[in-house]
Amino acid sequence: MSRNNLIVIAVVLAAACVLPLMVSEYRTFQFTLVLVYAIALLGLNMLTGYNGQISLGHGAFYAIGAYCAAILMDKYGVPYWATLPVAGAVCLVAGFLFGLPALRLEGLYLALATFALGVSLPPLLKYHHLEQWTGGVQGISILKPDPPEFLNGLGIALNQDQWLYYFTLAVTVAMFLVAWNLLRGRIGRAMIAIRDNHIATETMGVNNAMVKSLTFGVSAMYTGIAGALGAIAVQFVAPDSFNIFLSITLLIGIVIGGLASIQGAIYGALFIQFVPNIADDISKAAPWAIFGLFLLAFVYVLPAGVAGAIRMGMARLQRKRQNP
Amino acid sequence: MDAFIHQVLAGLATGGIYASLALALVMIYQATHLVNFAQGELAMFATYIAWSLINAGVPYWAAFFLTVMLAFVLGVIIERVVIRPVENAPVLSVVVVFIALLVILNSVTGWIFTYTIKTFPSPFPEQPLFGNKYMSSHEIGAIGVTLVVLLLLYAFFRFTPLGLAMRAAAQNPESSRLVGIRVGWMLALGWGLAAAIGSVAGMMVAPIVFLDPNMMGGILLYAFAGALVGGIDNPWGAVFGGFLVGVLENVLGAFVIGNELKLAVALVLIIGVLTVKPSGLFGKVHVTRV
Repeated sequence: MSRNNLIVIAVVLAAACVLPLMVSEYRTFQFTLVLVYAIALLGLNMLTGYNGQISLGHGAFYAIGAYCAAILMDKYGVPYWATLPVAGAVCLVAGFLFGLPALRLEGLYLALATFALGVSLPPLLKYHHLEQWTGGVQGISILKPDPPEFLNGLGIALNQDQWLYYFTLAVTVAMFLVAWNLLRGRIGRAMIAIRDNHIATETMGVNNAMVKSLTFGVSAMYTGIAGALGAIAVQFVAPDSFNIFLSITLLIGIVIGGLASIQGAIYGALFIQFVPNIADDISKAAPWAIFGLFLLAFVYVLPAGVAGAIRMGMARLQRKRQNP
Repeated sequence: MDAFIHQVLAGLATGGIYASLALALVMIYQATHLVNFAQGELAMFATYIAWSLINAGVPYWAAFFLTVMLAFVLGVIIERVVIRPVENAPVLSVVVVFIALLVILNSVTGWIFTYTIKTFPSPFPEQPLFGNKYMSSHEIGAIGVTLVVLLLLYAFFRFTPLGLAMRAAAQNPESSRLVGIRVGWMLALGWGLAAAIGSVAGMMVAPIVFLDPNMMGGILLYAFAGALVGGIDNPWGAVFGGFLVGVLENVLGAFVIGNELKLAVALVLIIGVLTVKPSGLFGKVHVTRV
């Protein structure tokens, strides 16, 4: 990482830290959701952007993570922070298992299978035999966590939204660090190589099947942890909030933000959180029409997304500086 | 036993609708090797057009044929304008374009016609046909319409020069181009035909599930399952698969797993077929040379 990059990251982090002190509680809540989406998008981007496996059903893993958190908090009284590893572990296993049959599917067919997963999960959550855990159609309400006691002892007074924001920010930073480390190393290179030419990769001695299903698992884990955080922030889970349009939203996020880009996850998250808010003023149906048009425009004009556009702009600036 | 027969026959009726949509999917798959995720929303949009025509006082069958024609034109336009630029793009871009189409059609319909659920008329009489007690006349009619569409398509592809040209363009685009077939337009025609077939499915299913912008989500999934079970490159297989999925879904839903898990049947079928026998029951087995 160059020094410039480090400076940019430090500035962004500092801005993220002072942000909740500057804006209203509701805005803080919205930015918490941005962080949540960023984690989910990072997970999907690993799978689709870096590894080339298309998933149209990642909302399902988000839902599983959310339900894990809600059930553990509501039925078993587990503290909110302890639900995250559990949700992550459950989704890791679920993703890995789904990744196994997915090995045999390529491109379009994988998109189809995951699409089926995304469409058929909400009815499954309503299933009446599971109702004692999932709460059926009504879903589960959970309480927003209070800031921990020791902060008061230090003389820092945070409200619930601000605390949850900082908690999510810490998790997000940790998850991004782990992802960055994973993707720049041996496994990350193997993932990218499989996307670009899986036969060559196989010949080089990479265990394609293992890497692909593990990527599916890790990707699901990220999305699941995001789901758990999202459930804690929204304080509510219900089957119909995890329909196929959630999966599509995630796909939109990575396409707009930029495929195979870590920072792209943040741009995508900002997009899917704030653009619908702006568009809602026009009409109830407008956000999706605008999402769709943006998607088309990006595929045709900017296939590398916002991250790609920024990269291109920087390169151009640098060239100008070098030979004015 | 009566209940069982009733469920099987009801399954055949919904199966006919899945079969039409599956057929539309297979049409596009054969021509372009793509699976159209927006097929259901296209059908839904066409059904709304039919609804507004009927509400404006157009008689049912006139509205029906007008809608089929409009859907055809819409399909051609979409292929020319939206799909054409990504013809040779990577699969991910194509899938994203289909998804974009899906959400645009869905939201535009919601925007124009609102999200309130509407009833859609059936062209068939209220009382059961031939005094039978098992099926409503709409169910019999829906099966009949499916079979007619299938026969017309068969005749079109088998006996007309245009049908032959379309088959040629799908099978071997390079050679077809050399003998003077305009391959690009054949693809557009394929899209138009698929949209037209889809609109028939939409108008047949709307009296059963009622009209709302999200009505096709589940149906599209069953159609996928049907097309895959039958073999995604075989039109007859798709129709058979559609009927089979309809019956399976109804019988399992009624007697084994309950209505809530019906969609899971589609999921299990799709993943099962794709992993165990990706070519389906009647599809061609593809061999790739590495």
